[in-house]
Amino acid sequence: MPPAGPDDHRKGEGPELIVYADLGCPHCASAWVEISKREATVVFRHFPVASKHPRSPALHAAAEAAGLQGRFFAMVDALYADRGHVDDPHLWQRVERLGLDLERFEADRRSASIAARVRRDFESGIRAGVTGTPAIFD
Amino acid sequence: MIAAGQPAPEFTLRNQDGEKVSLSDFRGKKVLLVFYPLDFSPVCSDQLSIYQEVKPEIEAKGVQMVGISVDSGFAHKAFQEKLGIDTPLLADFEPKGEVARAYGAYIEKVGHANRSLVLVDAEGTIEWVHESPTPLEIPGANLIFDALS
Repeated sequence: MPPAGPDDHRKGEGPELIVYADLGCPHCASAWVEISKREATVVFRHFPVASKHPRSPALHAAAEAAGLQGRFFAMVDALYADRGHVDDPHLWQRVERLGLDLERFEADRRSASIAARVRRDFESGIRAGVTGTPAIFD
Repeated sequence: MIAAGQPAPEFTLRNQDGEKVSLSDFRGKKVLLVFYPLDFSPVCSDQLSIYQEVKPEIEAKGVQMVGISVDSGFAHKAFQEKLGIDTPLLADFEPKGEVARAYGAYIEKVGHANRSLVLVDAEGTIEWVHESPTPLEIPGANLIFDALS
């Protein structure tokens, strides 16, 4: 598993936790509540399992797109907080609440570069032996 | 459990669509046999979902992947649809577990296969085997890629 680097999404301070998570996964949503309370540097890595959660790829792309406007973890928090509302109109509502540029968000989340960024994390998880989410490495 | 270097036992099973599939159908290319306990069980669901995500990369290495469990073809079809996977699933249904037994992958006391991976080379010889210590442990896809590298 690649160590955390400058391209990773990280928040907090303290011992490092690398978290492979699926934004469509209910177990990840529950774990995220606890993870967020930890005094730790949380490194989030994308691990969408589309066959289990068909909406996941879109959610991860949305988080990355929000990240390009400086609100990655805010979008992650918003997605996990309400997993029942994750269709496009619900994403747009979150974009508006977070004060993001919607047009840019829409273009970014559909970009090949973001898809590659998500896939890169996923493949690193596969190489690390991740077989389910959440997978947490400390 | 069968070992690398041994000839892979021939079999003919029906897939999720009721079609007969024989090991010899794959002669000339590698095939990864994914023995797993039961359709719809939580661990099996997670395992096959993960493998579905990397199936294109596995196939790009010239390997066809098939799942094998004691479930019927009807259950396999429903399982595929539920999981959103297109990995062929073969029904080791009747005689129950016969193919799993031939590979040493059948757990008699519970009536289903263990969780194991068997890579058969293009000539029909077993190239690599991984047996999970328990049916609860999913073999990571990284193990498959390590075996193929």
